[in-house]
Amino acid sequence: MRRALNFTSLIAAAGLVLTACSPAAPEAETKTLKVVYQKTDSFTALDTLFQSAKQEFEAANHGVTVALEPIQANDDDYGTKLALALRSPSTAPDVFYEDTFKVRSDVDAGYLLKLDSHLEGWEDWDTFDAGAKAAGLGDDGGTYAVPLGTDTRGIWYNKKVLAAAGVSVPWEPRTWQDILDTARKIKASDASVVPFNMYAGTATGEGTVMQSFYELLYGTESELYDADAKKWVVGAPGFTDSLAFLKTLYDEKLAVSPAEALDANVWKKIFGEWLPQGKMGATVEGSYAPSFWQKGGSYEWAGYGQDMGVAAFPTQNGQAPGGVSMSGGWTLAVGAETKNPDLAFEFLATALNQKNSLAFNIASSQIAVRKDVAADTGYQAANPFVKDVSELVAVTHYRPATADYPRISAAVQEASEAVITGAKSPEQAAADYDTAVKGIVGEAKTVTK
Amino acid sequence: MFLAGPVLWAFHASFTNAALTGRNARNPGWIGFDNYARLLSDPMLPLSLGLTVLFVGGSAILGQNLLGLTLAVLMRRARRTVAAVVGTAVVAAWVLPEIVAAFAAYAYFSRDGTLNQLLGGLGLGQTDWLYSFPMVAILLANIWRGTAFSMLVYRAALNDIPGEVTEAALMDGAGGWQRLAFISIPMIRGSIVTNLMLITLQTLAVFTLIWVMTAGGPANASTTLPVLAYLEAFKFGDIGYGTAVASVLILIGVVFGAAYVRLLRESKP
Repeated sequence: MRRALNFTSLIAAAGLVLTACSPAAPEAETKTLKVVYQKTDSFTALDTLFQSAKQEFEAANHGVTVALEPIQANDDDYGTKLALALRSPSTAPDVFYEDTFKVRSDVDAGYLLKLDSHLEGWEDWDTFDAGAKAAGLGDDGGTYAVPLGTDTRGIWYNKKVLAAAGVSVPWEPRTWQDILDTARKIKASDASVVPFNMYAGTATGEGTVMQSFYELLYGTESELYDADAKKWVVGAPGFTDSLAFLKTLYDEKLAVSPAEALDANVWKKIFGEWLPQGKMGATVEGSYAPSFWQKGGSYEWAGYGQDMGVAAFPTQNGQAPGGVSMSGGWTLAVGAETKNPDLAFEFLATALNQKNSLAFNIASSQIAVRKDVAADTGYQAANPFVKDVSELVAVTHYRPATADYPRISAAVQEASEAVITGAKSPEQAAADYDTAVKGIVGEAKTVTK
Repeated sequence: MFLAGPVLWAFHASFTNAALTGRNARNPGWIGFDNYARLLSDPMLPLSLGLTVLFVGGSAILGQNLLGLTLAVLMRRARRTVAAVVGTAVVAAWVLPEIVAAFAAYAYFSRDGTLNQLLGGLGLGQTDWLYSFPMVAILLANIWRGTAFSMLVYRAALNDIPGEVTEAALMDGAGGWQRLAFISIPMIRGSIVTNLMLITLQTLAVFTLIWVMTAGGPANASTTLPVLAYLEAFKFGDIGYGTAVASVLILIGVVFGAAYVRLLRESKP
């Protein structure tokens, strides 16, 4: 009897404690918006943007607190952490920073709030570039994310290194062969210089495909994905050619050593040491490159404006349109489970107003997607290359942003790794890629071209 | 419930197509043994399984275990100060949090790292350890990190051997090796089996060390099962498949555990 009594009182006590823990009725007019985004040592522009948007927003909306929760991670890890947070309504953020190529699959997963009704009442929406708006579309045609900026990719070369090797600048390679000829010339004149680098391998992740392999592949007659048929391309001769080109670069030691290429931090050396110190002729990189070198960047380099040049990456044999670029970019989105959709959208609109967009596009060397920012003289004069990299938009391509894409991209990265390490021939690696793709999406969703 | 919950969840998830994003993130469907069938035909499985066996066998069962025993035996004979200095050095690696130890090992083996500087100082050629010999590097790193545990277990066990037994053996004219082989080792057999079980299970689960040093590369040359499970679940967002790999890992752990428990029972007189 006594034991039973104790037991009952224990339950009663537990009940009391639990009641005390359960949330009290929400106090009037105190709402919190949770904002999740990426911040790293070399990427603080977004943090600055949100700090300023928070001040503006809190001043205009009394009783609303904006809780900024930056995630310190690289792109891959940020994506994973964000996806894990989005899985549960209790951890999902109200507003977050979202990679354009994940928008579609995250819409499929039901993580993103459809913004169409909010956008209708937002007059600024008309100032966004039509092409850039497409980055936020879901498969149903609705808009789920608003772009912060976009980017392009091209060849960044050190004029001094090229001139020292007797190459005339501005350098404008027309074909893949032009690149090899110039790289060999640089190698012959100074063996200690890395003539022409292109990323390869799994360590550099999306960098390997966006800043290297796709520039090659999309300049051949082949493609990665048949967007009309919604099928992945296998058996493509251009795929093998692209791998063979990388193999030539690495075998002839025209690029960095394979061991260096497989270090995830290789890009830091390229931006921080090799290009500024004249130890590298050229590399394929994004339009955001100046953000590292300009004042306040992680690798400040006062002379980059004079020493560096930009060229479009050529097509394989110089065929039309004469150049290749890849574009990505990031957006802001609202969580599907947010309790305050109106406030969340309002915060998003504040963060992307003309003033904040302008400051962010300049600080992170992004290509503006708002016409009123693109027309701003401060933006146009932000770095000497704004015009060059903006022109590349004409020849740019986007990744096929399907849910299968991350795995396909990894298969491409593995193929490039196998080739530069000498583990497989380009033909073998391409055949293994075909097998991998069929395994990932199923034979029915592939097409031989 | 607290202990079994996550294991049961992982086991359940391995029969679904749960994903980090895309349509299957919202409504994961039951797909039965599809993940396991796919795993069996995946060329990564034999590679990864082989690397895991190499890693556990080389760094735990041989490396940590034998080195720990040797150190424990030598330290009983060494002078007090020598034993204290060696003991501190060995335990220091073990006291470090795993992530710190992993970065230390990375800094040691990396291209411009300590090891290459030492070799360069001796006029020997430089090697890209993490690229050319990734398994050697992570094996050595795990031995460095984990030996202290075995050493401590064996020191405690050796101290428990009654002095009279050793003295009796000495009177009978047994040499150092004979005393070790016929007296010490049989008497600490229980500790050996317990230690083997603990370090095997610990090493099976090592992830941070490998992830920081090589991230499973180059070309998957150091992708052990935990690394494979992480890659599948989080890099490729295929949680169902990742948990299937993890379930295989758990199964291997259970088999090892059962084998050791059996050995332990038999070793009791």
